[in-house]
Amino acid sequence: MTSDATDVEPGRPRNLRRLPSGAVVYVGFVAIFLFFAITLRDSGFLTIENQLNILRQTAFVSVMAFGTTFALSAGEIDLSIGSVVALSAMVTAVLLRDASPIVAVPAGLLVGVAVGLSNGLLTTRLRVPSFLITLGTAGIVGGLSRWITSLQPVPVQNDWYTFVFGSGNIGPFPTLFLWTIAVMLVAHVVYRKTTFGRRVLATGGNRVAARYSGVNTQRVRVMALVICSVTASLAGMLYIGRLHSARYTLGETDLLTVIAAAVIGGTSMAGGRGSIVGALLGSLVMGVLNNGLILMGFSVTEQDIARGVIIIVAVAVSLREAPEG
Amino acid sequence: MTDATVAAPAPPVVLAARGIRKSFSGVEVLHGVDFTLLGGEVHGLVGQNGAGKSTLVKIINGAYAADSGEIEVRGEPLPRAEGRERGRGGIAMVYQEFSLIPTMTVAQNVLLGREPKGRTGLIDDGATRRSARAALARVGAEIDPDRLVEDLPVGSRQLVEIAKAMSQDAGILILDEPTASLAAAEIHVLADAIARLTAEGIAVVFISHHLNEIMELCDRVTVLRDGNVTLSAPTAEVTLATMIEGMLGQSLESALAYQPRAVDRSGAPLLRVSGLRNDRLHDVSFDLHAGEILGIAGLLGSGKSELLRAVFGIDAVEAGTIELEGRRVDIGSPARALAVGVALVPEDRGRAGLVREHSVGDNILMAAWSRYARAGFVDDSAAKTAAESLVGRLHIRTRGLRQTVKTLSGGNQQKVVVAKNLTVSPRVLLLDDPTVGVDIGSKREILMQVRELAGAGTGVVLVSSELEELSGLADRVLVMRAGTIRAVLDRADAELSQEVLSRAVQG
Repeated sequence: MTSDATDVEPGRPRNLRRLPSGAVVYVGFVAIFLFFAITLRDSGFLTIENQLNILRQTAFVSVMAFGTTFALSAGEIDLSIGSVVALSAMVTAVLLRDASPIVAVPAGLLVGVAVGLSNGLLTTRLRVPSFLITLGTAGIVGGLSRWITSLQPVPVQNDWYTFVFGSGNIGPFPTLFLWTIAVMLVAHVVYRKTTFGRRVLATGGNRVAARYSGVNTQRVRVMALVICSVTASLAGMLYIGRLHSARYTLGETDLLTVIAAAVIGGTSMAGGRGSIVGALLGSLVMGVLNNGLILMGFSVTEQDIARGVIIIVAVAVSLREAPEG
Repeated sequence: MTDATVAAPAPPVVLAARGIRKSFSGVEVLHGVDFTLLGGEVHGLVGQNGAGKSTLVKIINGAYAADSGEIEVRGEPLPRAEGRERGRGGIAMVYQEFSLIPTMTVAQNVLLGREPKGRTGLIDDGATRRSARAALARVGAEIDPDRLVEDLPVGSRQLVEIAKAMSQDAGILILDEPTASLAAAEIHVLADAIARLTAEGIAVVFISHHLNEIMELCDRVTVLRDGNVTLSAPTAEVTLATMIEGMLGQSLESALAYQPRAVDRSGAPLLRVSGLRNDRLHDVSFDLHAGEILGIAGLLGSGKSELLRAVFGIDAVEAGTIELEGRRVDIGSPARALAVGVALVPEDRGRAGLVREHSVGDNILMAAWSRYARAGFVDDSAAKTAAESLVGRLHIRTRGLRQTVKTLSGGNQQKVVVAKNLTVSPRVLLLDDPTVGVDIGSKREILMQVRELAGAGTGVVLVSSELEELSGLADRVLVMRAGTIRAVLDRADAELSQEVLSRAVQG
């Protein structure tokens, strides 16, 4: 297990070494990028401003895809991330209105911790699949986010907050991009280089064998769901920093995109295999697609249809490339 | 099984393979193999894992194409194309992992994809049931076609599988380790089914690691070693010793003969289990001393595996105590057991021992990441060194730590499970039938490793359904029945021969 050995997913053929998620996500990303670069060369696709825009718009999905990679790798799934985005956005915005960010920021993250803990404990203690628990949670948390201000949007006017969380630039880099990179680095190191990361993969790969090997699989599953939920709460906080306003509709269409990004990036829905770097690439694939479709002049409804089709194709291609079984 | 009348005409050759060669990524695994199958015979195919048995049968049934050589079925050459598995040549194969769908009925499974349709185009359930019943009767199976497969015992499932395979008009049946998961009584039922089929003139290829079964069930045997046929003869003309010699290239020197060892049992025991009780165990007590190999014998359901699971903290315990070196320990989970130095090699390596999709290295290290980490960060080079030294020590045949574990042979997979349990340097090692479904070479290496560990002071509890193993290794044997210890056989008092053990187990 030298450092280059750990970059290889368990279960991958040797000749794909050093590719975090197999070649397909890279090839796919480059292909889609080139396609738009050529067809949209006159529509401003390649301008620096547009490219930075893609990075900004992708940040929310990327951050959640990192967390979802943990949940999927542990053999779980979190369908409540969209609702967590909305609730953490509302909670943070309301507190920012009345209090300092020193209170509001931890409170927003706490929403993620609390929902994740509740997802995890209900899943492991009641022995109900996380698919069902988080489906229920999605309803509860979504309801809370609408109830908290009776559907009213909340403006976010704290300049320090909006600069740090989503609207500012440091040098040429949008803070949203820096957040993406920072979360990715932490997630990658935890995923690949720590005992916890190994236990997540073992638990997702074969929960019984992991338990026989002394892994506290219940704790690992709870932790993975907490991580997933916390990244969703961070995404919610980034959304309001970017938009200067919080509303209960934030995040409601992100679930499919996030799971698609993780899977396209090489993470197995069955658990035990995944990649953080791949999740970033998967998110960028989704972001470039989105941007390209808008520039091509599709209407919002047409974009939805096109995106759905493309997600199915992209996921099918990336799964085909994965080893059998 | 064949007609032994002197004047009987020679049975027809149903399949003749000549000079079969096959390479995978440049490495030749079959070096010109000849194989002849006669009508109505049971032909044993044996060899260590990696000897080429499964490659050969996959070429015969068309899953692989041979690189050279020819195959004739009843005198007609078979094309060397890949993927002609279905129907062609009338070759049916029953794999180790059954292909039945557990949530469907027996009849639905037997006729899957060939359901009889009524005039309306809808499935005719009555006809399905009748066809299934006929197919089952052909192999002598009395199984209700309306039962769900998941409700059947393993032995019955296998008969359903054979009935399904044979109902497609096959003249040749290949059984890949059909007895691996069967109890003794079920093996008799299987033997009966095979006899019925051979009486119809069907040729059966029987792959097994159990040489005694080959001797009992087969008319002829072919032994492969390293891609060559080393022996092919009527079973009447071979002995266990010549078969083993053919497989290993040397006779199995007495790896399984007991080597007298000095175990000091005067002091305090290493492990003391007292009055252990749960829904499967009734008041079980025993002592294990450092360096001792304590065997546990018993039939299926006697509680022997359940005892290990309770000691390892998998199954809950209602009453009783466990003491390690005189100190009472509370083992409520495998994590706790490993922390106090108790490790378990579980019965079912696929389900409980391995993450099949992960690499050899990750599997070996699965129980010990925290030993090779500082502040939660894995020290890759230390972990790699530890895993590599275990690969060498247990002679695990692998291309490297990164190879996916599911691509290893069964014997090498089991060695990975053993290696995993050695990473935690256990004081007490519990082994639950560690050589089931393992080739002879790996079996010898695993058992020698067990001896070596005991020699170094580890206390070993060896549950085994193979009495020769207990007879060869154990210093004492506990005989279990119905969740209790019925007898303790000590080598100091009595000879622990297989006969003695067998009588004790059967009660």
